[in-house]
Amino acid sequence: MAKVKSLADLKRMKEDLQSKMDLREKSNAPDSILQVKVGMATCGIASGAKEVMNFFIEESAKRGIAAVVTQTGCMGYCYAEPTIEVKMPGKDPIVFGDVDVKKADEIIEKYVKHGELVDGIIPVNYNTID
Amino acid sequence: MHILICGGTGCRASKSELIQTNLEDALKAKGLEDEVQVVTTGCFGFCEKGPIVKILPDNTFYIEVKPEDATEIVEEHIVKGRQVMRLLYTDPDKKETVSDAKNMGFYKKQIRIALRNCGFINPENIEEYISRDGYGALGKCFEMTPQDVIDIIKKSGLRGRGGGGFPTGLKWEFASKNEADQKYVVCNADEGDPGAFMDRSILEGDPHSVLEAMAICGYTMGADKGVIYIRAEYPLAIERLKVAIGQAREYGLLGKDILGSGFNFDVEMRYGAGAFVCGEETALIHSMEGLRGEPTVKPPFPAESGYNGKPTNVNNVETFANVPVIINKGADWFSAIGTDKSKGTKVFALAGKINNVGLIEVPMGTTLREVIYEIGGGIKDGKKFKAVQTGGPSGGCLTERHLDTPIDFDNLLAVGSMMGSGGMIVMDEDDCMVSMAKFYLDFTVEESCGKCTPCRVGNKRLYELLDKITEGKGTREDIDLLRNLSAVIKDTSLCGLGQTSPNPVLSTIENFYDEYMAHVDDHKCVAGQCKALMQYVVDPELCVGCTLCARNCPVDCITGERKEAHVIDVEKCIKCGACMDKCKFNAISIQ
Ligand SMILES: Cc1cc2nc3c(=O)[nH]c(=O)nc-3n(C[C@H](O)[C@H](O)[C@H](O)COP(=O)(O)O)c2cc1C
Ligand code: SF4
Ligand code: SF4
Ligand code: SF4
Ligand code: FES
Repeated sequence: MAKVKSLADLKRMKEDLQSKMDLREKSNAPDSILQVKVGMATCGIASGAKEVMNFFIEESAKRGIAAVVTQTGCMGYCYAEPTIEVKMPGKDPIVFGDVDVKKADEIIEKYVKHGELVDGIIPVNYNTID
Repeated sequence: MHILICGGTGCRASKSELIQTNLEDALKAKGLEDEVQVVTTGCFGFCEKGPIVKILPDNTFYIEVKPEDATEIVEEHIVKGRQVMRLLYTDPDKKETVSDAKNMGFYKKQIRIALRNCGFINPENIEEYISRDGYGALGKCFEMTPQDVIDIIKKSGLRGRGGGGFPTGLKWEFASKNEADQKYVVCNADEGDPGAFMDRSILEGDPHSVLEAMAICGYTMGADKGVIYIRAEYPLAIERLKVAIGQAREYGLLGKDILGSGFNFDVEMRYGAGAFVCGEETALIHSMEGLRGEPTVKPPFPAESGYNGKPTNVNNVETFANVPVIINKGADWFSAIGTDKSKGTKVFALAGKINNVGLIEVPMGTTLREVIYEIGGGIKDGKKFKAVQTGGPSGGCLTERHLDTPIDFDNLLAVGSMMGSGGMIVMDEDDCMVSMAKFYLDFTVEESCGKCTPCRVGNKRLYELLDKITEGKGTREDIDLLRNLSAVIKDTSLCGLGQTSPNPVLSTIENFYDEYMAHVDDHKCVAGQCKALMQYVVDPELCVGCTLCARNCPVDCITGERKEAHVIDVEKCIKCGACMDKCKFNAISIQ
């Protein structure tokens, strides 16, 4: 490990390291950031939920979006797996169905970044899954 | 996702390391080892219900986890997203499970400054400390003059957490003003109070915060050497410190020219043999020098002539742990917490007859009632609260009428106890106050270094008097004698040990005078703890004469004909309780 030679070095290092600790810091204040829950029961995993989850984890980090991506149990929409629930700070959660990597990309670009709705929303009057 | 596992001494003793291995194996089996990070942390404070496992980001707090629960946690929670209900904490009042620690009574009233990283970061990974502003405070100090830094600490109102409560900034200023070719920063990690484990937990859970603060202190006073004096009975804390010192050196955060500032600082460790008196700063310094661990007269204070005769600043572990936060967040932020003259928080080791035993950190000014009933969850088994002991062997016993006293240095002193280093032992109706005082005196007699007569001989006499009272042989004169002797010991002892050792006696006489009188006049121990004052008696109404007790008495002191009431010879009875256990008719009781 290279030595930390100056305060600027230390600050840079802290910033690099922060993304690793992000998840822990943010679970202290979960309402202030984007939360994505991926349905990862048998039905979800069988239809590719794991790839979608990895995609969200990697891409949100790459694209500089602060997000907590977690897995959850079966959401009860097995006909539309993989399903994900996206909760933007201060908004109601929205569930998307049939999400593949391409759809996930669209969700990040359109919904998360610009608040535009994309196809595939499962219209529900349901309570968030906890 | 992250899985945090407590690696504190308490949880380790119940196999938390094995839980970690099992979790890692279970994750591997599911191919999740890259997605889920498993992290060992320091103590969460809730040691009573350990081992603790916490799952993030959903903040699920699992208690009393066993190694064999690991698979279920992974398969149910991690894979399927379903909490393992049986491992959640159940609120004893509402009888509901609580999954997020934030909603547990134990954590609600706490503010964590000194314990900020305990149970959150991996203490053996400097990068996790750095990611939470670690060593940033030190860097910030280099951009200020030493006096500026001292002024911040002074303004924050931080006072020593080792017991005395001396203003830390002022102490640093004295040490900085004394010129010398060599100066030292010493961290007092002796922690000798029976039952106290605040400092141990900080060192185990967040060793870098102490190292960083020692470097900051070194910068203010112009010292390039730091020494941590730690008792050898703390192997895990020692291990974590070693790792931390090694990593800090590797990253250039200890050693020469730290962060390009031109300031050099390094830290080494000294091991104590666990004598209580070696926590006293002059004795500690002598012990470090290889001399006998005996206190010497102050002045000279260590700030003038300490380790190797050089200016030395001694601070407690918890005091140091507060420093980086104060630098980062500012003096005003810190001084907004707490009471008028005691700022910030205090860590307590909560123990005794209380539901939630553990380590807590509360703002100064929190009342004893809040600590005992809200954080501590009240008295065990629905018994009645009797007293709370603070300040360890130097402190006193407080009662019901003190419960609404806001806890701070001055308030505790005013009611005849003291803050001490933060031990807090709760007692219920079954605890005898004379025996309690005797317990502490037994400790001080054992730990007195013997240098001065009032402490060496006086405490022994106090102990004997208390013993006499618990044996039912005490008189009213003995109580007066206890009082007078206590006053002499307090006035004439050389060091803090002797000056405070009579406090448990004086405060129990003051607050529980009736109980002393009952022992002396009526030969009764209301708590039923003093064996000599108990009598086993047979109720002739209830006894059916089955002879079972007589056949089980080890000293054959029960007599009686078959089918007739039996009698216990109280002179011969050794109070073993065997007869009472055996009797099926509840005919035997203690009086
Ligand atoms: C008998 C006795 C035992 C002590 N034990 C400790 C101890 O275990 N840890 C500690 O930090 N201070 C202990 N002290 C207090 C120290 O002498 C000293 O005041 C303290 O370390 C200063 O640090 P602070 O200003 O940060 O509290 C003890 C004092 C006495 C008289
Ligand atoms: S008061 Fe007790 S412990 Fe302190 S120096 Fe005297 S004999 Fe030793
Ligand atoms: S065991 Fe109980 S009932 Fe039987 S003789 Fe003894 S006191 Fe009486
Ligand atoms: S307490 Fe023990 S010694 Fe006393 S009477 Fe009962 S059995 Fe015998
Ligand atoms: S040691 Fe695990 S919670 Fe204290």
